[in-house]
Amino acid sequence: MNARLLDPATGRDERGDLLVDGYMIADVGARVFPDGVPSTIETIDCRGFCLAPGLIDIRVFTGEPGAEHKETLATASEAAAAGGVTTIVVMPETDPVIDDVALVEFIARRAREAAKVNVYPTAAITKGLKGEGMTEIGLLKLAGAVAITDGSFAVASAQVMRRTLSYASSFDMLVMQNAIEPTLALGGHLNEGEVATRLGLAGIPTEAETIMVERDIRLVELTGARYHVVSISTAAAIDAIRRAKARGLPVTCAAAPYHFALNENAVGNYRTFAKTSPPLRTEEDRLAVVEGLREGTIDIIASSHNPQDQDSKRLPFAQADAGVIGLETLLPVSLELFHNEGMPLLDVLRKLTIAPASLLGLRAGALKPGLPADLVIFDPHQPWIVDAEKFLSKSKNTAFEDRAVKGRAAVTVVAGAIVHRNGL
Amino acid sequence: MNAPTSVPFARRHLLRIEGLSAAEINGLLDLADSYVELNRQVEKKQSVLRGRTQINLFFESSTRTRTSFELAGKRLGADVINMSVEGSSIKKGETMIDTAMTLNAMHPDVLVVRHHDSGAVELLSQKVDSAVINAGDGSHEHPTQALLDALTIRRRRGKLAGLTVAICGDVLHSRVARSNIHLLTTMGIEVRVIAPPTLLPRFIDRLGVGVFYDMKKGLQGCDAIMMLRLQTERMHGAFVPSIREYFRFYGLDKEKLASAKPDALIMHPGPMNRGVEIDTVLADDIDRSVIREQVEMGVAVRMACLQALLVPAPNRAAKVERLRTVLFGP
Repeated sequence: MNARLLDPATGRDERGDLLVDGYMIADVGARVFPDGVPSTIETIDCRGFCLAPGLIDIRVFTGEPGAEHKETLATASEAAAAGGVTTIVVMPETDPVIDDVALVEFIARRAREAAKVNVYPTAAITKGLKGEGMTEIGLLKLAGAVAITDGSFAVASAQVMRRTLSYASSFDMLVMQNAIEPTLALGGHLNEGEVATRLGLAGIPTEAETIMVERDIRLVELTGARYHVVSISTAAAIDAIRRAKARGLPVTCAAAPYHFALNENAVGNYRTFAKTSPPLRTEEDRLAVVEGLREGTIDIIASSHNPQDQDSKRLPFAQADAGVIGLETLLPVSLELFHNEGMPLLDVLRKLTIAPASLLGLRAGALKPGLPADLVIFDPHQPWIVDAEKFLSKSKNTAFEDRAVKGRAAVTVVAGAIVHRNGL
Repeated sequence: MNAPTSVPFARRHLLRIEGLSAAEINGLLDLADSYVELNRQVEKKQSVLRGRTQINLFFESSTRTRTSFELAGKRLGADVINMSVEGSSIKKGETMIDTAMTLNAMHPDVLVVRHHDSGAVELLSQKVDSAVINAGDGSHEHPTQALLDALTIRRRRGKLAGLTVAICGDVLHSRVARSNIHLLTTMGIEVRVIAPPTLLPRFIDRLGVGVFYDMKKGLQGCDAIMMLRLQTERMHGAFVPSIREYFRFYGLDKEKLASAKPDALIMHPGPMNRGVEIDTVLADDIDRSVIREQVEMGVAVRMACLQALLVPAPNRAAKVERLRTVLFGP
């Protein structure tokens, strides 16, 4: 009760209440309780805070199975809940790689046992992420994989990609690609720009992304498959997506918060916590990502949460693993688009809720009676300072340490149950 | 002769040239200059670093730099230990940081570190209590090489500002090039880089240098020519089609040298690949080549750097002394 109801799916932005019955949303609106709230039901007084569908993060790496010291499904779900994220889609880049029906079922089972939030597995495109043999896409879909992706790897071979798209289209399986042309990016560790020149590190040119996106768009045109760029970072690639959409192709893309909140200067003096894949780009590219989000070319914001421990990060830049955690900063850093870039709040939330839900066909992402009660209550203006030591994620590799941000989940609800409460 | 006892160098480490002021660079060069004569005497031993421990920690092989640092430390009276990766615990899987922490526990006063990764020396410096001198990190910087190059030019030309210097060859992989670009531009020298585009970082012009693909054009009017070694060991794949093609267009020979000033200095940080980037005849030309002089300056420059980092300036020493008196009595 007393909430500012925000539902990007319907455009609802009004003061009102939301009634949960069991695990479902029962009613929502300004006049849910015309005669006052009955005393028999448990209530949360939102005191005017925003109440929105729980966030859906469609790109989350965990260390389970194989690197549980970095993150487990349980700790990732704790971090998600604290960040207002009620659904995570986990990447198949584990040890072993999720490229088999039994492993998809393993993830689903482990998630049921251990996770506080909804967890959906993806499966690999190629066996062992090796870029060669195709996985059993049909069977993986039946087992519950919501999309296929080779994680942080790109499918390099045009032939393999063509066949994958062609075959996946018959199952209406979404193909997600980290679009980096690997031979052009070979040996590179950060954006090929002035920072790389100064630091004496080999760079990854923006063209590595553009070439891959443009190639894949041609293959989408050939095959008709649904294709999604998991983390877009360059102005030219965003432009390519824009043109593909204008031609009516089933192409979508997501951006990670660090690509609209940071640029290559964050690498500074070899900060490995600013090493990402794709790398942080120039200020011009950052502004293009903001613009892409604003005008809708970029459909989704996904954190690309990628936990790495000290042993993977406390190394010379070239030896360090790429990746930063993002579940607990997804909401506040995304809200910077609202606070600083003038994007309407509902538009920002759309990219974190109904847009990813629609892309993957999930029954979530809206404040609609009958849907599971996955909710987040937050004050978009609550100021706080990022301090990774206080995060619930097992790894502490945030790129936003000490950043002053606004907006934090006060209450997170998954299927009608409170999984996180801090304030209210 | 009496060397200056201190220089205005209030830094804990020497990790990079980028960010040093012209005054700091001049201070180091002046101090180094005073050691050149000393090094030519029969009796070379000084005592300014007596009781100090210097560890040369080399994760990448080196002959001249390590020897030069060792001599520099010993001539100033320090106890010098050499550690190289061969035969050390690094081979047994110990991380660089752990090696550094282990050595740190033995209380060295200065670590001289070379590593094959850019940024590695800086990372190491954050984990130890001693001063750290970067003796070359990946393709990033090699500060003492740039200082010795500058000293060589300054002694030959009597000044630095207003000169034109060309840096030729594998700039992409060269830490020597980056340190020299920062140092020479800071000192008011016009710097040009000359190389095939495949051996130049894409945004090298942002460092304030002129970019030339044609060696004869690039060398016009130059006072000094720094040749760089083709670093095949750092290359993924082919950057140039062949050695003979490279030498034809970018190797320093008499014909190309004719474009530079008649008395232009020929420099090379070593080790040289004769017939790849430089003609043997020119490398050995005693009138033009200052390659051996560079090596000589190296020892003096490293003595200066060690002293600047380890011997506190008089005003700082006096402050410490005053504090000691206040705390513990006279």
